[in-house]
Amino acid sequence: MTVALITEAHKTNATALTVFVVLFLLVTVLGFVAVRWRQAKLDHLDEWGLGGRKFGTVITWFLLGGDLYTAYTFIAVPALVFGTGAIGFFALPYTVMIYPIAFVIMPRLWSVCRAHGFVTPADFVRGRYASRELGLLVALTGILATMPYIALQLVGMQIVLGALGVSGDWPLVIAFVILAAYTYQSGLRAPALIAIVKDTLIYVTIIVAVIYIPSKIGGLGAMFDAAEKALPTRPKPGALIPGVADAQVAYATLAFGSALALFLYPHAITAVLSAKSAQTVRRNTALLPAYSFLLGLIALLGYMAIARGINPSNPNFAVPDLFLNVFPSWFVGFAFAAIAIGALVPAAVMSIAAANLFTRSIYKGYLRSGASHGDEARIAKIVSLLVKVGALVIILTLPTKYAIELQLLGGVWILQTLPAIVIGLYTRWLHRWALVAGWAVGMTVGTLMAASQDFAPTYPLELLGTKINAYTGIFALAANLVVTLVLTLVLRAAGVRDAGDETQAEDFDELAEDAVYPVPGAPAPAA
Amino acid sequence: MLSVQRPRFICALRGHQLLRMNGNGHPSRWWYALLALPLLGLLYPPLYATRDPELAGIPFFYWYQFAWVIVTAVLTLVVYLATRQR
Repeated sequence: MTVALITEAHKTNATALTVFVVLFLLVTVLGFVAVRWRQAKLDHLDEWGLGGRKFGTVITWFLLGGDLYTAYTFIAVPALVFGTGAIGFFALPYTVMIYPIAFVIMPRLWSVCRAHGFVTPADFVRGRYASRELGLLVALTGILATMPYIALQLVGMQIVLGALGVSGDWPLVIAFVILAAYTYQSGLRAPALIAIVKDTLIYVTIIVAVIYIPSKIGGLGAMFDAAEKALPTRPKPGALIPGVADAQVAYATLAFGSALALFLYPHAITAVLSAKSAQTVRRNTALLPAYSFLLGLIALLGYMAIARGINPSNPNFAVPDLFLNVFPSWFVGFAFAAIAIGALVPAAVMSIAAANLFTRSIYKGYLRSGASHGDEARIAKIVSLLVKVGALVIILTLPTKYAIELQLLGGVWILQTLPAIVIGLYTRWLHRWALVAGWAVGMTVGTLMAASQDFAPTYPLELLGTKINAYTGIFALAANLVVTLVLTLVLRAAGVRDAGDETQAEDFDELAEDAVYPVPGAPAPAA
Repeated sequence: MLSVQRPRFICALRGHQLLRMNGNGHPSRWWYALLALPLLGLLYPPLYATRDPELAGIPFFYWYQFAWVIVTAVLTLVVYLATRQR
């Protein structure tokens, strides 16, 4: 019943466990009092699902950082570096490229969503193309890509609980029930408040780790030397520097494709839309690279584990075991709490994002078009619970392997919404049925390619006699774009009727003075 | 929130034809072109997939990419300040 990948037996560490539990209780209290923060009536989707679109620079920074850098990241990135070397380091160029891209695109999305009261990317697509169907496809893709991502947050939590010597499923169930309860009650305000604690704990943990651990392993130079020696002896030999062209293409396309995908994820867009102005979003993308540096340092923990001679049966335990090895118990509790709380923030935002998508694009779009704001908020709250139960069931009943594979597929899938969302921000030229066809082709090609490689992230494509080993998502997106462009030309030439467009050019102006838009039916803003 | 003074060189650059206000009284979006630099610097690994020159024992491959984090942060900040509404 319990996850097969987690096999390591760890002794219970009372001191670490105590610190861990105390910090966990602290954020639980925060999650529940968040309902009183910037008080508003939460019976409106804008309030429950976007925190009232009132978050300023500081809160948005913590929320976005807390949301994008998940517990699974903290475990999986160093584990990949520990197991395979340089290729795992693609996470660094990936996070470097995210923000220049987001800086250009996201404020524009914020502006149009604010002007029209769109709560999700699917809302925008529905309005832009006047197409309920296209909105539904974007919503379904978002929900599908998010579910396994939530499940992986549980894996992250499970690993630190395992490293603390806590066994069985019940602690995980308790943690998730608590999370579900305060997300239900407080909406996006809960993860926003908890993110401040989470990010502080993470920053302290990593700064202490990168200052303290090198002194225990003979410095950074010795660390890289140890990694260079150990990596070629791995079952699948790794390297300190990606030498062969194959590895380099994979490296660059993984970084670029993942960077393109990140801000298409519903949870990323939810955090962006909760900002109070396009300026706040712009300012944030200029300030978020601080987290990129942090992620690079986290990746290096994988090499530190090698240099320290950590030898876990499963690479996911590389970092927890490293911490257990070098830190005093109380700090281990602190660090593990940082990772576990790091699971709560993204899991909460993801479930809220999925709930928003369901409520707007499926419930209001197809089931009850006359739903009031109160109905929407009520449905979203219930769906956020269902989404979390679903993720919990996935983790408790299926091998972790499936959650990881599904999350990888999720990245490929979410990239297929790029033409409708990102290109849609700049032009309404693409035909809605061409976008539907392109999406279908991209989803099919991506899924088949990934399945044929046993869900490895890259696919070796034979093209004009040369083999290109690149990120599957990039190939699928290319197929999607070709189909979308060609079909748009064909449909336009054939005079096939396209639907209208609810937006106007000025709605997209991210450089405009911060305008105050009235939210339809929203309660008056609190003073 | 953030009360950073606009650096003088940005004021000087904005005097340049291309980077002046556009028709809507906005700062020019040509500033966004600066944001392509990190992509150019990172998307071609043969450029940096080497061990030397090392920096304090850190292989070039690693410190080069870390350096881009800082350069990108600075570039984004410059673009933000240059395209900010007064």
